[in-house]
Amino acid sequence: MTDAPDREQSYVRTAMLPPQTAPSTQVGAVRWVHENLLSSWLNAILTILSVYFVWTIVSSIYPWLANSVWDATSLTDCRAKMDERLGEGVRAACFAVISDRWQQLVFGFYPQNGYWRPPTALFVFLIAIAPVLFTQLPRKLLWFTMIAPILIFTLLWGGSIWAPISVALGFVIGFIAYRVIGSRFSALLAVLAAIILPILYWFTLSGTVNAALTAIAPKGLPYVESKDFGGFTLSIVIGLTSIMLSLPLGILLALGRQSNLFIINKVSVVFIEVIRGVPLIVWLFTAQLLLNYFLPKGTNFDLMLRVIIMVTLFSSAYIAEVIRGGLAALPKGQYEAADALGLDYWKSMRLIVLPQALRISIPGIVSSFIGLFKDTTLVAFIGMYDPIGLTSSIRASTDWNGVYWELYIFVGLIFFIFCFSMSRYSMYLERKLHRGNR
Amino acid sequence: MVLPDPSARNRAPKNATSAERIVGNQEEVNMNNSVLLGALTVVGLAAGTSHAATLDDVKARGALNCGVNTGLVGFAAPDANGVWDGFDIGLCRAVAAAIFGDPNAVNFIPTTGQTRFTALASGEVDVLIRNSTWTYSRDTDLKFDWVGVNYYDGQGFLAPAALGVSSAKELDGATVCIQTGTTTELNLADFFRVNNITYEPVPVATDAEAQQQYLAGACDVFTTDASGLAATRATFEKPEEHILLPEIISKEPLGPLVRHGDNAWGDIIRWTYNALLSAEELGITSANVAEMAAAPTNNPEINRILGTEGEMGAMMGLEPNWAVNAIAAGGNYGELFEKNIGENTPIGLARGLNALWTQGGLQYSPPFR
Repeated sequence: MTDAPDREQSYVRTAMLPPQTAPSTQVGAVRWVHENLLSSWLNAILTILSVYFVWTIVSSIYPWLANSVWDATSLTDCRAKMDERLGEGVRAACFAVISDRWQQLVFGFYPQNGYWRPPTALFVFLIAIAPVLFTQLPRKLLWFTMIAPILIFTLLWGGSIWAPISVALGFVIGFIAYRVIGSRFSALLAVLAAIILPILYWFTLSGTVNAALTAIAPKGLPYVESKDFGGFTLSIVIGLTSIMLSLPLGILLALGRQSNLFIINKVSVVFIEVIRGVPLIVWLFTAQLLLNYFLPKGTNFDLMLRVIIMVTLFSSAYIAEVIRGGLAALPKGQYEAADALGLDYWKSMRLIVLPQALRISIPGIVSSFIGLFKDTTLVAFIGMYDPIGLTSSIRASTDWNGVYWELYIFVGLIFFIFCFSMSRYSMYLERKLHRGNR
Repeated sequence: MVLPDPSARNRAPKNATSAERIVGNQEEVNMNNSVLLGALTVVGLAAGTSHAATLDDVKARGALNCGVNTGLVGFAAPDANGVWDGFDIGLCRAVAAAIFGDPNAVNFIPTTGQTRFTALASGEVDVLIRNSTWTYSRDTDLKFDWVGVNYYDGQGFLAPAALGVSSAKELDGATVCIQTGTTTELNLADFFRVNNITYEPVPVATDAEAQQQYLAGACDVFTTDASGLAATRATFEKPEEHILLPEIISKEPLGPLVRHGDNAWGDIIRWTYNALLSAEELGITSANVAEMAAAPTNNPEINRILGTEGEMGAMMGLEPNWAVNAIAAGGNYGELFEKNIGENTPIGLARGLNALWTQGGLQYSPPFR
């Protein structure tokens, strides 16, 4: 190699050519269309057919939606307005039924002067759940999470504020008993005391405490009966309560199914298989019809509470199986490592096994929850007014008999919004939790 | 304890359906659920037969628990404010008014076709006024008492006027929209066989579907209960282009029912209903009842009903003015009919069989004596 100057080699380019723009067929929309839609004759034909298909659907639905009538008092009125605005016989959506009855679809028969209460309860719930869902929020918010159930209960059902507080006092008693006895005597005794003392309290003292406090300071909101709940309020109350309760129950069941203790293992297996093997609608009928006979006559066991219990049990069986999948997916080394560190069972589960197993199970858990939320519409079959049940009772008024699509579209849209947000959150969570692994 | 037996199937009411039902079919249980329902009902009967003194329970509660339809045009529906209204609701309110003097002292318990009978048997409702057909097996085997018939219904036909038929007997070769797995279907088969004509069934699952199919021209005629057909027709854009054929091919007596075992309670419902009927017959209306009850009139029966003569109310354990309150609540039978389902409403049902016996109908109250 020599260091001879380059200029003597005339065939070597000394200056870079300015970059040319790519051929028009290789850039932007043209290329995209060519590659994705018209890459071969077959694809071109399929594209044209698809476009035609989509166009047919959109062109028939769009005018129906765009010309919809929002201000009418009945279906007949709606039709008259369409005749007047669009010309004789032209038909469009009559969303006036939504503007007339949306409050009913959202709140059911909740008292009208209390319409602020369910949304406030939902807001309280969202604030309370935020520190659980998003770890970057300050941990002190968890204190609010602990008192939120009392607030939410009072907001939704009303009645004396002291009733839920006197019930919550039981948990405080249990906690104190656990701490005090745990520090002085054995841990087992502490657990027993933490379970037995609150139960004793609930059966004996809590009623008196409630009565006494109510007598001293009668504070609270007007009482709303469960039968007045309806529409999305009902669905959301049943759905969210069951979701909140079924996750811990499902985790316990999954651990129980993995357990080496014979009775715990068998009880968990039987519970999961029985609950999962029977359709939800049968459990709802059981809640509605059979429990009436088995409970002592005169016990007024709220139907909504019965439904929440049944839906929770049903969902927890599914969650348990999803989490069991997560547990099974963990390498055995993780369990052994926990043992090698000398952690006891609960610590190894809490610190090592469950965080990983739950992370693996997130998509399954969330899709169970989405399914559960949509399943709440089944309560229409036992005479509760969920949004679907309400659509038929709205049609039962002479004003709106004959309206179908508009109601279903509205209900479907709201359900979609809820389920889609849940799904988005689960994807956010997956991305966040997987970051460390990659 | 009675064991579930094959006749459990017979107890199950007839038309298969879903929550979408909009019209007046009395019989709303999916046949698939019938065995379950039968079994549940048997359990219910074992536990629920001995509720005595329902009136005391109701009075202690301060409100009547009335089992009603979750929504049926003209018969029972909540409005935008959650206030219930309808023909069946009117009777619930009349009973509440007879007991408490307050037509609003009612808890309306919505029941579906599947839950209605167990709700009554278990004591969840005191009386079921939910367009339920009075049949032999329900009365005997399910151990209920129908205390009257507040609406005589029957299966009819809806046809476009353009079809040019004036009688169901001219429907030879017609396509008929019909709910599958129901006795409506059996009634239809019987009717066509008896008249020696043929038809082509178009099976549908729900009334809503039937309505869409019929309007789309998938079938020539649509058959279900006549009150339901009328309500369906009322929702059409041009109801006058569709006619109800005159033939009614089945008997569907709909009425209020109570459990076996408390006859005194059944009497209260029965005679409240009879008071509404007699009121129409004797010309007592919600408008003039207060005036007529203020002082004895020339007609001793009116006086006995309105409590200005004799001790009629006390015989049932009610106030002397029980019937005054019941009539004032929503009017007499004719007023309730006209207001909710009569010819001036969108549903536009004629009185027909439900006219008073004095006007050629079947509604007949025993005397107040």
